[in-house]
Amino acid sequence: MAQAEIPYQEAMPLHHPHSWVTKYWFSQDHKVIAVQYGITAMAVGLIALLASLLMRTQIGFPGAIEWITPDRYYQAVTMHGMIMVIYLLTAFLLGSFGNYLIPLMLGARDMVFPFVNMISYHVYLLSVVILLASFFVPGGPTGAGWTLYPPQAILTGTPGADWGIITMLLSLAVFIVAFTMGGLNYITTILQARTRGMTLMRMPLSVWGIFAATVLGLLAFPALFVSAVMMILDQVIGTSFFMPAIASSFEPSASEYSGGSPLLFQHLFWFFGHPEVYIVALPAFGVVSDLISVHARKNIFGYRMMVWAIVWIGVLSFVVWAHHMYVAGMHPYFGFFFATTTLIIAVPTAIKVYNWTLTLWRANIRFTVPMLFAIAFVITFVVGGLTGLFLGNVIVDVPLSDTYFVVAHFHMVMGVSPILVIFGGIYHWYPKITGRMLNDTVGKLHFWITAVGTYVIYFPMHYLGFVGVPRRYYHNEPLGESAFYPASAELLNQGISIAAFIVGAAQLLFVYNLFVSYWRGRPAGDNPWEACSLEWRTPQTPPIHGNWSDTLPTVHRWAYDYSVPGEKEDFIPQDVPHRA
Amino acid sequence: MAVAIFLLILVVGSVIFTFVSPWWFTDIASNWGGIDTTVLITFWVCGVVFVAVGLFMAYSTWKFRHREGARADYEPENPRLELGLTIVTAIGVVAMLAPGLLVWDDYVNPPADAQEIEVLSQQWRWSFRFPGEDGVLGTVHVKNIRSDNPFGMNPNDPAGEDDVLVAGNRVQLPVNRPYKVLLRSNDVLHDFFVPEFRAKMDAVPGMITYFWFEPTKEGDYEILCAELCGKGHYTMRGFVDIVGQEDFDAWLAAQPTWAQMKAGVTPKAYSALARRGREVAEANGCFACHSLDGSQVVGPTWQGLWGAETALADGSSITVDESYVLESVRAPAAKLVEGFAPVMIAYDAEIISDDDLAALAAFLREDTELAEASTP
Repeated sequence: MAQAEIPYQEAMPLHHPHSWVTKYWFSQDHKVIAVQYGITAMAVGLIALLASLLMRTQIGFPGAIEWITPDRYYQAVTMHGMIMVIYLLTAFLLGSFGNYLIPLMLGARDMVFPFVNMISYHVYLLSVVILLASFFVPGGPTGAGWTLYPPQAILTGTPGADWGIITMLLSLAVFIVAFTMGGLNYITTILQARTRGMTLMRMPLSVWGIFAATVLGLLAFPALFVSAVMMILDQVIGTSFFMPAIASSFEPSASEYSGGSPLLFQHLFWFFGHPEVYIVALPAFGVVSDLISVHARKNIFGYRMMVWAIVWIGVLSFVVWAHHMYVAGMHPYFGFFFATTTLIIAVPTAIKVYNWTLTLWRANIRFTVPMLFAIAFVITFVVGGLTGLFLGNVIVDVPLSDTYFVVAHFHMVMGVSPILVIFGGIYHWYPKITGRMLNDTVGKLHFWITAVGTYVIYFPMHYLGFVGVPRRYYHNEPLGESAFYPASAELLNQGISIAAFIVGAAQLLFVYNLFVSYWRGRPAGDNPWEACSLEWRTPQTPPIHGNWSDTLPTVHRWAYDYSVPGEKEDFIPQDVPHRA
Repeated sequence: MAVAIFLLILVVGSVIFTFVSPWWFTDIASNWGGIDTTVLITFWVCGVVFVAVGLFMAYSTWKFRHREGARADYEPENPRLELGLTIVTAIGVVAMLAPGLLVWDDYVNPPADAQEIEVLSQQWRWSFRFPGEDGVLGTVHVKNIRSDNPFGMNPNDPAGEDDVLVAGNRVQLPVNRPYKVLLRSNDVLHDFFVPEFRAKMDAVPGMITYFWFEPTKEGDYEILCAELCGKGHYTMRGFVDIVGQEDFDAWLAAQPTWAQMKAGVTPKAYSALARRGREVAEANGCFACHSLDGSQVVGPTWQGLWGAETALADGSSITVDESYVLESVRAPAAKLVEGFAPVMIAYDAEIISDDDLAALAAFLREDTELAEASTP
């Protein structure tokens, strides 16, 4: 079917705001909603950061703060993990980048369902409120680990096993409702509301990454939703979906459960949980591809291969989930299948890495702050991806699973990596969002502390994993005759903790920069980075509600015409026609 | 320039760290050298890729940094290069995966002569069961578990009579014999992990899981729980002592069988109040952490506790009496016994009423007094 002559949203009626409330609170403008998602995610992310600093205090200096009891330690572990994965990374990459970039990059006026989009944010906000409420319920938030494995998640030996776990599960269910509303909107908008000439294979890779991640999310989150509902039922009315017969020391009434399967929960959780890794990674892949291309002044290398790699990674991500369960007690023959699929997924992923680095080859690299973060992402992702090959290769996983090697791996690959992209993306698009540049000096300081610091934190952790130090230990000190833990590792933990405090404090520089530059930043102009994609071609900066003038732009080329031979400028925007 | 130097330092530093840091695998003490080999293959393949990509980026960011008047190349794609890289990557993946799957096949198929033993896990301690002379482990069920039947043995199964039951976090095994370790859990997920053996597997309530290994070096090795199992997770440690066959035989002969354990359970002459106190303790799971036989597990043993002078974590000491027992149930962390972790939950009056608590204290007092009366 040919591209429609008149784009779907050319004459779209807009509900312009009439008051402060409808402009900044109940707004239907995708750009305002993006900022709402972003601010909320960052605010809740700061809580997760504080939780991680509590953990590092206890690990590096056990007993230094008596307030950190085992209960509070495990609660911090759990809340840090869950907030970072769901309420910060997922919400930011899709809710904030997705909302801001999709309509602007595709030449649309707004999302296809602006009203649903507005509701989506407010439901997300509700899920955050419920999450935060768990800090104030009797017993405090759950301390079951972010994986929330039953039976322990709902038995008394775990902190927050009655109120905490229920608020957690309820909050997740509400979050999924919000995500579904947002996600259907992103997909419909990408498929229906592209402007003239914006074919799928001319879309910037940011949009491809967000598109694929949204499809994954819509297919994966229902598995988490049902397991949340089932666990609430197990806890509240005593069903036995996940609960076998139990002789619990602390909860004699648990003997009334019978016949359920803890492994069933793990399968459901990871059927969601592994695609979740790519729900976070794919938008980051897309965004970083664009950042590298713009600031290297060179087209992204192998665009078509990059698109297909995103699609294949998305498809394969649904058949690798049980690599999180190699030593969980499932049938051992599953190991053969899941190790094979997991290592196959390394091939399209490696192609993406090659293409990012090959984009740097014979480029003309401007070391702007966004570019610094993009380069740091690539090397961090290389480390995190390669250690994934250890853990994916079933027998290698046996000695390493549940040790600090795993902690180092997933922080590198899906903690630090996507966060570096989020930082890079904010430095890159802040000028379009606010009309002002972020301060360069503060930005560089923030970058160097964060990039060097995170490497110092996580690289040595792999080696603690080789030693065999288990994760999620409140302290590793000898208990009775136990003396497994080498004294040198204690020293290493202190060093890691100190690095973590410095990196944590450095994030205040970023927050400071965001605030101060909003009023004091250098005016940005329409296209400060001299980029090709459509979001830099709006008639106003910041773009007005509706984004474009009466007619939508017409696209004539892909988003990567940098340094085209024979042209005067080193970039040709997408809406510039080819010369006759 | 700074970026290129950063990348270079990162690559070189990582390589140096690998060779000079003291943190590496412990000396192996089992048959799983094959696991170490596959780890090393993976390590070298991945290490070479990491160094190659890192150096390539360092060179590119130095060589192709922005200069006045410079211009980037225009090269949308290069199918031959992309295909070549794909093939090289696939070869690397096969080189890691193929040996890995072969060793996994070995890992999940115990040899026919492997001796079965059972590891029973619960919050937060380890127990062990040997099949006895008939070589068969008797059937069990969690519904049978009581303080006088901690393994949940089926009382009607004759195969269980000669099973050897080992409580108290410590077990011995003879060197150079293959063992198939069957894992059970009474309550939540646990994971039996001895780093020197390289092997590991979750224990899952409601099912029996397994792994196999053959100890190859004598010594005492620490068992670490490797699956989060509640707030006492980090205290769930034990020992496997690998010894010579003769030492093992002598040790095993000294452990009670299920039949002996049943015969040895003789009720003492408790008062009615103390008997109720014992029921309170059982109903609330106190015996999971506090033994009556002197073994120190998660919490202090109750044997001979009453009237004893006890050292506390804050350096002071206290004589155990009724008020101390009451306080330790209502606010366990207030006066913590030295050497134990603050993991006990506080039992308020809704869980254990004041009357029940008085009964519990009576049980503790009579248990100590009756034991003292029976020793000459």
